Amino acid sequence: MDKLSCFHCGDDCDNTNITFNEKNFCCNGCKTVYEIFSENDLTCYYDLQTSPGAVPKEIQGKYDFLSQDNIIEKLTEFNDGSIQIATLYIPHIHCSSCIWILENLNKLNEDITASQVNFGKKTVRITYNSEKVTLKDTVLLLSTIGYEPYISLDDFKTGQQHVNRSLIYKLGIAGFAFGNVMFLSFPEYFEVGEFWLEQYKHLFRWLMFAFSIPVVFYAGRDYFISAYKGLNSKLLNIDVPIALGIAVLFIRSTAEIIFDLGSGFFDSLTGLVFFLLLGKFFQQKTYTFLSFERDYKSYFPIAVTKITSVGNESPIQVYDIKKGDRLLIRNEELIPVDGILINGKARIDYSFVTGESETVSKQSGDKLYAGGKQTSGVIEMEAIKSVEQSYLTQLWSNDVFNKNKEDGFTTLTNAISKRFTIAVLSIAIIATLFWLATDASKAMNVFTAVLIIACPCAIALSAPFTFGNLLRIFGKLKFYVKNASVIEQLARVNTIIFDKTGTITSNQKSTANYEGVALTSSEETLLKNTLRGSNHPLSRTLYDILDEHHIISLNHFEEHLGKGIEATHDNNHIKIGSASFVGTTESSVLNTTVHISTNDHYKGKFTFYNSYRKGLSKLFNQLKKHYDLVILSGDNEGELENLKKLLPSKTKLIFNQKPDDKLEYIKYHQSEGAKVLMVGDGLNDAGALAQSNVGIALSENVNVFSPACDAILDASKFKQLNKFIKASKRAIDIIKWSFALSFIYNIIGLYFAVTGQLAPVVAAILMPLSSISIVVFTTIATTILGKKINEKE
Amino acid sequence: MSVIYILLSISIVVAIVFFIAFITAVKKGQYDDSYTPSVRMLFDDELVKEQPKPSIKIKKTN
Repeated sequence: MDKLSCFHCGDDCDNTNITFNEKNFCCNGCKTVYEIFSENDLTCYYDLQTSPGAVPKEIQGKYDFLSQDNIIEKLTEFNDGSIQIATLYIPHIHCSSCIWILENLNKLNEDITASQVNFGKKTVRITYNSEKVTLKDTVLLLSTIGYEPYISLDDFKTGQQHVNRSLIYKLGIAGFAFGNVMFLSFPEYFEVGEFWLEQYKHLFRWLMFAFSIPVVFYAGRDYFISAYKGLNSKLLNIDVPIALGIAVLFIRSTAEIIFDLGSGFFDSLTGLVFFLLLGKFFQQKTYTFLSFERDYKSYFPIAVTKITSVGNESPIQVYDIKKGDRLLIRNEELIPVDGILINGKARIDYSFVTGESETVSKQSGDKLYAGGKQTSGVIEMEAIKSVEQSYLTQLWSNDVFNKNKEDGFTTLTNAISKRFTIAVLSIAIIATLFWLATDASKAMNVFTAVLIIACPCAIALSAPFTFGNLLRIFGKLKFYVKNASVIEQLARVNTIIFDKTGTITSNQKSTANYEGVALTSSEETLLKNTLRGSNHPLSRTLYDILDEHHIISLNHFEEHLGKGIEATHDNNHIKIGSASFVGTTESSVLNTTVHISTNDHYKGKFTFYNSYRKGLSKLFNQLKKHYDLVILSGDNEGELENLKKLLPSKTKLIFNQKPDDKLEYIKYHQSEGAKVLMVGDGLNDAGALAQSNVGIALSENVNVFSPACDAILDASKFKQLNKFIKASKRAIDIIKWSFALSFIYNIIGLYFAVTGQLAPVVAAILMPLSSISIVVFTTIATTILGKKINEKE
Repeated sequence: MSVIYILLSISIVVAIVFFIAFITAVKKGQYDDSYTPSVRMLFDDELVKEQPKPSIKIKKTN
């Protein structure tokens, strides 16, 4: 049988096929979107990409808060008179059709004057006439065509985000000056003593001086600041010899042209700063679609519905919720504060918090924790805490979230620069003393020449280019690393801690075992067909596990929220659900079970086990040779036996860990000298990810959510974790080799400097040559390294 | 040979003009999104093909 797929969203629509205009749709939502587009001549949408759409979600009442003035004020970047401009984040943006339809919004509503998509950031910037159309209307329009914007508490902050482009400006200035200075200094390299040149060389020299002023005082400013800070805290970081080099270059060159001693080293000076900034620029690899800084604010809604004392519904800003407030939580809405369930059937999905995808049902009077998502119908709850004091959000008051991990971490470059600086200074002093004794007129010349030629440009470039290139290679392999120092930290790790749920288990698939009386073939058909009608996650999972059966139509089907489902077909009656619903008593409480009875006879139960990611045992066996392995789980011990079978025996298994416990566990081990790599996924790991030396968030879909971390690893690449760590270690070796290479250049240069024959042309050749050979060497070496990661084992 | 003063000033002025153009381009955010414009330019044909359709209808899904 041919699979039918929806014309709009591409989903499988065998079960619920709707035909319209000779096209198949999986649901009415998709069909409606198609109708809107075809009525407004926007069917080009489907020409650019096949099935580009998304199913529009139920949004009744969800955006009522957008009519509040203070919220509109915060969400719009421009709000004056009749014009408002808002930038909305739309996760669904994924193809050229999306860009096309969103930039043609004015065809759907003529009061939207302009809309511009930023594909990388997945945002659309909409300008509209606020007298005729409101922000709420705009958001609703987007939602009806399947592009529901994602508005979170994170958007609720004043002021525009400041984009820091100073590095590009600095790079531009340094590059501009470098080019011009090269061009001005070229004549003097060769035509020494030529008549016309003699006449105009002063003009050329002063022009070079003018060009290098912004380079030293603006583009190179950071090196002086960093060197000053380093010296202040008694650290000889790499920026100390660099700043010294830049300063000496500039002062000596200026002195040379003032006293007409020579043409100075302005070419080397501007070149040095330009190459250094280029390295800095290359090291920055930003993933516009990813964020490494998320906290709970990115998950939480801006406002929810409050039920006032008179019984009216009104939107309330989440920060304004006070203890005792009654809140209305609709289907698919997030619970913003801890509270008590008053009314309604709650099925809470805590997957944001724990990574566990199975929903938990709650009865009225039960406690609900902030961060859960209601998945069935409307509930009413009473807040017992404010947002910041809720169980989950309290975690963010821990100091660990205000610490910068890079502080107190000595990079390889800085470690070597300490010895390097001392060595260079000693050579400079010895050489100067020697020349003072033999030819005092040359002493100052030699002293400055040593400092100029020993300026560790090549050393400073080794790490940025190696790590920068590796960051890009990792990015292509779906391992997104925040910055270069993370790779260096990763190479030094000696303990690896994993979260269980969602990290080593996969979210999508579970396995289930059946225990009890064997089901007959007709009973299995009935079971499968009953499950087909239910949208409960457990039903869906079980449906996928069971063998394919032919489709029968049920005479009767009923779903009891929070209990189970029952159905009849040809006098056969089936009940699927919780133990009490089916009519038996629960024996084991640790694992999730689904019980079955037919015609009021208890048959048996399906017990769900976590399904572990592919290659888990193999990965652990590779890792156990070099690292201490720990599993820190927030769950109960239900999976203990399973895990013991799968993992190497020395793996520590620790259960029932609260978010704070995880953080403390890591802190304790770090105090004993462990360098910890934490691999987690949910918000409950956020503290542990921040405390660890390297925190990697594992994500099934990198475009969606991940807590604040140092790196994001696509779940499909989980089994390659060991390779990434190995590659980081190799990268350190590459850097050490390039250090050796740059020392060779330094020794050659020092020969010229110490013997007092450093001509500007020698410096101008040696410096770029050493920098370029380092760049070439590190790029080739890391590319080979990248190929090795990619190889199949 | 004093024409070199004019030539030098012209060359530097031209260089500075381009440099300022680069800085303003960065400042205005032209380099912030380097992907979308490459896709957008391919749409221009479709945008012209607008048919007169006075009434714009939108059906509510809910």
